[in-house]
Amino acid sequence: MARQILRRLLRAVAALLVVTAVVFTLLHLSGDPAYILLTPEATAEDRAAFRAEYGMDRPLWVQYGRYLGRLVQGDFGQSLSFRTPAVAVALERLPATLELTLAAMALAVLISLPAAVLAAVRRGTLFDRALMIFTLIGQTVPTFWLGMVMILVLAVRFHLFPASGRGGVLHLVMPATALALWLTALLARVTRSEMIEALEQDYVRTARAKGLTERGIAARHALKNALLPIITVMGLQFGGLLGGAVMTETVFAWPGVGTMILDAILKKDVPVVLAGVVLVAVGFILVNLLLDLLYTVLDPRLRRA
Amino acid sequence: MAAQDGGEQAGVLMGPATVSPAAAEAPATARPAPRGRLAGLVGGGLAILLIALAVAALADVIAPRGYDDQDLAFALQPPAWAGGTWSNPLGTDPLGRDVLSRIVYGARTSLLLALGSVLIAAVIGVTLGLVSGWAGGRVDAAIMSAVEAQLSLPYLLFAIAFMALLGSSLTNLVIVLVLRSWVVYAQLVRVSVLSMKTREFVTVAVALGARARRIVFRHIAPNVIAPALVVSSFQLAELIIVESSLGFLGLGVQPPTPSWGSMLSQGREYLGSAWWLVTFPGLAIILTVLGANLFGDALRDTLDPRLRTRARAPRGRFRRTLKETS
Repeated sequence: MARQILRRLLRAVAALLVVTAVVFTLLHLSGDPAYILLTPEATAEDRAAFRAEYGMDRPLWVQYGRYLGRLVQGDFGQSLSFRTPAVAVALERLPATLELTLAAMALAVLISLPAAVLAAVRRGTLFDRALMIFTLIGQTVPTFWLGMVMILVLAVRFHLFPASGRGGVLHLVMPATALALWLTALLARVTRSEMIEALEQDYVRTARAKGLTERGIAARHALKNALLPIITVMGLQFGGLLGGAVMTETVFAWPGVGTMILDAILKKDVPVVLAGVVLVAVGFILVNLLLDLLYTVLDPRLRRA
Repeated sequence: MAAQDGGEQAGVLMGPATVSPAAAEAPATARPAPRGRLAGLVGGGLAILLIALAVAALADVIAPRGYDDQDLAFALQPPAWAGGTWSNPLGTDPLGRDVLSRIVYGARTSLLLALGSVLIAAVIGVTLGLVSGWAGGRVDAAIMSAVEAQLSLPYLLFAIAFMALLGSSLTNLVIVLVLRSWVVYAQLVRVSVLSMKTREFVTVAVALGARARRIVFRHIAPNVIAPALVVSSFQLAELIIVESSLGFLGLGVQPPTPSWGSMLSQGREYLGSAWWLVTFPGLAIILTVLGANLFGDALRDTLDPRLRTRARAPRGRFRRTLKETS
């Protein structure tokens, strides 16, 4: 067990190295921040001083090595455009992203799980078919388009919700719903097929033979066994969303991690982009690690591994 | 589906694009296509795709106007049934360009890009998957670590960074799209090669003294065509969405060339006043993606009846086997 965790951690670190190296190179290839961030009137000396201040006059691999060195000490550098610690710029947006992600996740789980379990139990009925059509549509409609249509109808036409920004619960309704649609479709699809498979197992027949109610069988026997893959999907999605739902956040001008990284990329604010990407990658890796631990808790058979 | 928010990283291994190793093992001629509903779906999906392709190919004939014919006197005309005229059935944009014509020409851009990228990604991914699965050892480790490295990048953010920083040229767009898909092929093909390596027909070929290249390309490769075809269908849907997402952010095809994503981007600025600018390109995307997804779903069910209506999630161990050498 401990070895397994150690191995996963090592791989996680390797992944982080690759991610930062790729982003670092990309940012470097894209041009000189000294020309983007300084005013056009700046002299050659000004630019040289700027580069020297941020160590940009050194070779790329030296810059990367230095960056890693500072990173190990928890120093992500200063934001080039805000002149504040880059990690603070990134962390500042985390609550907004968490709020949106958790709301969408909760909505998706509350809708998809009961609906999918019911569909699996009543396989082939009208309800089951309706759900399958819904999942097909849910996985087809682009989130950002749905967001715009919601703004069009619910905000512009009927003035039910504010069109953009973050504030109270009303602000959250549309972005969370738009984001939840795809998640709901995915979770419903996975849950339904896992439940159908679980319901075909021998222990379900045994339970039925013992005279348990169908409801009891579905909830206590089948769902319990179908839960592992469902949790996997939920976890991976949550991990992915920590990077901010870039498209949803953009459409609704939601001040989350996604829009932050997008802004920083467009401004070529190197330290902030890197801090954001590292944050995202760490979140994703942590979620993966937690999932692996969770498996062994939920499924004793995996403990022997 | 990674372009959909949330699927960003995880999507590679799931969503409708997931084809389990079981699917990979499915022989190409598993069973004649079932009739009825399923065949209808295959037909439906295929019909939508073919119509979209025909529209793209015949854009010059179908489109009532050129995609960049501006007429400022007729700017922001609503669709014909909403107060506009039939000369611009779906209305006009702020430059007075015909929305219908731009959607028709946009099909050319969006579909060609997605289709071309899927093809390139398939060739690269299948080849690397074959090599990786057959060669094993260091070659396998190298290719698979490239796959893993890429999967640990949040794809959409990476794509945005790539396009924003290196410039939104057509070449870069294709590179970004290919990068999204090759991994899926490589993983899928590798897993099926691993399972086929121990099968009798391979052992016999080896025993008869066939060379590695001949075994891989003559005996093994034909068996991965079917699952690769299924994946291609889903990847087409995926890449259309990725392309439109990038276009929406202003990082895709540059004006005046129309693509469905860039039309949405423009429409967003007129959300309050011109609903048709956002609605119709979006519907074009949805319809095409739906066609590709339906086709993929039906194709998978046809090629491997065991997988019917199963969108299986990778389990803990299974997920690991997919990523590591099993």
